[in-house]
Amino acid sequence: MKPTDIKDPEYFHKVVDCQYACPAHTPVPEYIRLIAMGRYSDAYMVNWESNVFPGVLGRTCDRPCEPACRRGRVEDEPVAICRLKRVAADNKDDTEISARMPDIPARKNGKKVALIGGGPASLTVARDLMPLGYSIDLYDDQPTGGGFMRSQIPSFRLPETVLNQEVNYILDMGVVTQFNTYVDSLQSILDKNYDAVFVGTGAPRGRDLDIPGRRQGEANIHIGIDWLSSVAFEHTEKIGKKVIVLGGGNTAMDCCRTSMRLGADSVSVIVRSPRAEMKASPWEIEDAEREGIPMFENHVPLEFVVKDDKLVAMKFDRVKAVYDDSGKRSLVSLGKEPVLIECDDVCIAIGQDNSFPWIERDLGLDFGKWDMPMVNSVTFQSTNPKVFFGGDAAFGPENIITAVAHGHQVAVSIDLFINGEDVNKRPAPGVTLVSQKMGIHEWSYDSDVVNDVRYAVPHAEVQLSLKDRLMEVELGFDQDTGFAEAQRCLNCDAQTLFVEAKCIECDACVDICPTDCITFTTNGTQDDLRTRLSAPANNLAQDLYLSNDSLPTGRVMIKDEDVCLHCGLCAERCPTAAWDMQKFLYHVTKAGQ
Amino acid sequence: MSYIKPAFRHPDLPVNDLGYTKKNYEGAISTLCAGCGHDSISAAIVQAIFELSIAPHQVAKLSGIGCSSKTPTYFLGDSHGFNSVHGRMPSVATGANMANRDMIYVGVSGDGDTASIGMGQFTHAVRRNVNMMYVVENNGCYGLTKGQDSATSDVGSMSKKGEPNPFEAIDLVSVALQLGATFVARSFSGDKEQLIPLIKAAISHQGFAFIDIISPCVTFNNNPGSTKGYEYVRDHLAATGTVDFVPMKEELTTSYQSGTAEEVTLHDGSVVHLYKGDESLDIHNRRSALKLIKDYKAQDKILTGLLYMDADSQDLHETIGTSNKPLRSLTEQDLCPGNKVLQNINDSLR
Ligand SMILES: Cc1cc2nc3c(=O)[nH]c(=O)nc-3n(C[C@H](O)[C@H](O)[C@H](O)COP(=O)(O)OP(=O)(O)OC[C@H]3O[C@@H](n4cnc5c(N)ncnc54)[C@H](O)[C@@H]3O)c2cc1C
Ligand SMILES: Cc1ncc(C[n+]2csc(CCOP(=O)(O)OP(=O)(O)O)c2C)c(N)n1
Ligand code: SF4
Ligand code: SF4
Ligand code: SF4
Ligand SMILES: [Mg+2]
Repeated sequence: MKPTDIKDPEYFHKVVDCQYACPAHTPVPEYIRLIAMGRYSDAYMVNWESNVFPGVLGRTCDRPCEPACRRGRVEDEPVAICRLKRVAADNKDDTEISARMPDIPARKNGKKVALIGGGPASLTVARDLMPLGYSIDLYDDQPTGGGFMRSQIPSFRLPETVLNQEVNYILDMGVVTQFNTYVDSLQSILDKNYDAVFVGTGAPRGRDLDIPGRRQGEANIHIGIDWLSSVAFEHTEKIGKKVIVLGGGNTAMDCCRTSMRLGADSVSVIVRSPRAEMKASPWEIEDAEREGIPMFENHVPLEFVVKDDKLVAMKFDRVKAVYDDSGKRSLVSLGKEPVLIECDDVCIAIGQDNSFPWIERDLGLDFGKWDMPMVNSVTFQSTNPKVFFGGDAAFGPENIITAVAHGHQVAVSIDLFINGEDVNKRPAPGVTLVSQKMGIHEWSYDSDVVNDVRYAVPHAEVQLSLKDRLMEVELGFDQDTGFAEAQRCLNCDAQTLFVEAKCIECDACVDICPTDCITFTTNGTQDDLRTRLSAPANNLAQDLYLSNDSLPTGRVMIKDEDVCLHCGLCAERCPTAAWDMQKFLYHVTKAGQ
Repeated sequence: MSYIKPAFRHPDLPVNDLGYTKKNYEGAISTLCAGCGHDSISAAIVQAIFELSIAPHQVAKLSGIGCSSKTPTYFLGDSHGFNSVHGRMPSVATGANMANRDMIYVGVSGDGDTASIGMGQFTHAVRRNVNMMYVVENNGCYGLTKGQDSATSDVGSMSKKGEPNPFEAIDLVSVALQLGATFVARSFSGDKEQLIPLIKAAISHQGFAFIDIISPCVTFNNNPGSTKGYEYVRDHLAATGTVDFVPMKEELTTSYQSGTAEEVTLHDGSVVHLYKGDESLDIHNRRSALKLIKDYKAQDKILTGLLYMDADSQDLHETIGTSNKPLRSLTEQDLCPGNKVLQNINDSLR
């Protein structure tokens, strides 16, 4: 194996599992330490720079960082990264944060950008371009900003005040908003001579279910996302006593829990597939179940049963999942009597699609498979160089943090494009690597590894919260619990750096390492080396850090990054300081930086 | 700040026959100097005893005084231990061994503890063939008292203080051979591949198993001019061959080419395989070992590896015919067998 090139910023980036997994690459351990220090405003700003909506995301993020968290590989549960983010947002000093917002130049740079859609993707583009002097017009068909964060995510998960504050941090930069404005022609926008146009219109079309009875039952059959938004904007205030929610994703979870709050007595979630394959996040399912909502698996809808022009029930076929050799699933009928479930209303929450009926097809903007625009996945530019896509509009429905990550990259592209530069030349990330050594046994980070298990977030009482659609269910960590949870973080950004020239091969690091990360042996291929290390190295997703072969014995040092606790003991035990713990900060470079 | 070793271990650590992982054989976090060879030896002992699937409570660790003698605190935290007086570990070990022959005795000493103040005790433990492993963590100095030259320091070797040692060194391996030790080896703390199988064989050996382990003192004797520093030792190492230890219960998985390896079967059926590096060594012959040690020394080489063993030796218990049960398991009935037995004894003396 070749020696590791630690100068490549992606090498150490990958070691910070949470940050690497975060689409926006938020420096997680950095803000977790700030939370532990009680520096909530600083922690908030670290987040805000990367993910723009810390208060929103601290409640609603899909949290791809948590399954990636190293802690989950040495014990049962990862660090509660997402809920710690909320601790920063809940405890920040609002006045200080307002004062720390970027300055917006009074003199504009003369360039105009249109943003279509007011969701997190568009708002992020605005957040990055406004400080650079751009003039921005934002169009959205809703009465106010936030996109799906406002229309879809129910208030019992995301209070309006939290959303408003973070949407306004951006709109208050001087974005010219055109709310209640549905853009029905891209041509008309291009005609306004914008220097660039961003399409952040999301995936706004909910899938329908075309089975017998659909038309006859129309009055009581709702498309999930349309229904949620009509609840959010208070056009819908109640629902029948018995409700069926079709679908097993997060939209279904929001529909069923919202139904409970709009007067339903019994709500059932009914899924075609086995329960284990439900798309909803485990914690969303848990929250729904806590509210007494049952989930039925392996039921394929057959028919809406309508009596006297009124929906009265639904019929389902019971199936089982069968997998072929390639793992492809098919649902096979058990051939049993259909199941009849009574209902007054049905919410169909079986997925969403993109839809661009408002984009003319003669603008040099090519559409490809599934009638999706052809968008470059790095630059987010369409085949019409002036038009960029991002968020759910670019590649289909994802989540807020992905929309934010796209937004940052789009801003970079638009800034390059307008300045006549090559959008394919992406700026390198900003990285710093600084020794944390303070003394023989002292580091400037808390290197102790605590044994606490993950703290649970307290919830409002179910009976109370079911009565009030606006009452937030999760209460967040208090400061003490926030501190304790923050201490669980292993500081994966405190990197272990090895200097061959200093090593005398005394084995002290090998002997002390609690998780057997380090081995000195003769070099070989990666496959071969993985069989010869101090402990099994079966996690191929994690890299081996390899020294060069200049050690006294001609062997190489190999460190399996997999379960390193970043405890610093190797460096403390090293008599010659061949190991050092250095803080690696990785910033995705933003537009204009 | 971390003086505490985190509780987490590698999730895929192998388990031994007792269902234990290496963690069950660890001790407290070491307080020795960072980089001290002694810590590597502790790690090797942990690994060896883990691999032998010995229950920690069946082991007694015994030591004298010195950095080396402190190390039993840093391994086998769930075993018995006695940190005795300087140089007196052999008599404590002998006593313990006499009282309970079923335990496994791991004696840890230093070159000062053994070759100076404890020399008299050491020699008697050897000649009595006490059933134990006796390890000397040999750094050529008194580490604990700040690095004075010890009796194993080579003539002319210089510690950090910078003055060449004027005295001839005591070679503990040769002494042990001459006194009749029944298992003699030398190794290096920085060579676990050699050391771990040697420890396993030494522990399995019935009788006095001596290993002289060169173990650099990074703080006082790891400087240019010292013959016990990492660099010097690495540059001057030579090995009798490589050793492989196969416990009795284990199937031979590797096929050993006959001729290249010598097999020695231990009392419990375990097998020590020696792949000879030097064909002239006869590990059943003390004189062969003594000669080879001298020859290598003359070439400025430090000969390591298994040097001598007598798998059929008679340990102290057999020699003096002690109780075949640990004393603590003797009941009142055993100890006071009654008047009739006394009468028989008296009669036999008449
Ligand atoms: C029920 C539900 C719950 C969800 N919960 C979560 C969650 O908890 N966490 C999470 O991370 N993600 C969640 N998501 C997904 C998340 O909301 C989206 O991925 C994210 O908002 C996408 O952002 P965006 O900026 O691409 O577009 P959107 O947020 O969808 O915003 C697009 C905006 O453009 C407007 N628009 C569309 N077409 C036009 C047009 N022609 N003219 C003018 N305006 C237009 C839309 O009305 C909308 O306001 C959820 C989605 C749903 C449906
Ligand atoms: C009776 C007695 N004499 C002297 C001492 C002082 N003393 C403590 S350790 C030591 C030498 C230890 O040397 P060694 O056994 O080589 O151990 P190392 O520290 O080098 O591992 C001495 C002389 C003592 N503790 N007790
Ligand atoms: S332990 Fe901390 S730094 Fe490491 S992956 Fe988890 S949250 Fe990130
Ligand atoms: S920081 Fe060093 S000692 Fe600690 S787990 Fe990582 S490699 Fe092992
Ligand atoms: S003084 Fe020497 S022998 Fe003692 S702990 Fe330090 S390095 Fe080891
Ligand atoms: Mg010594």
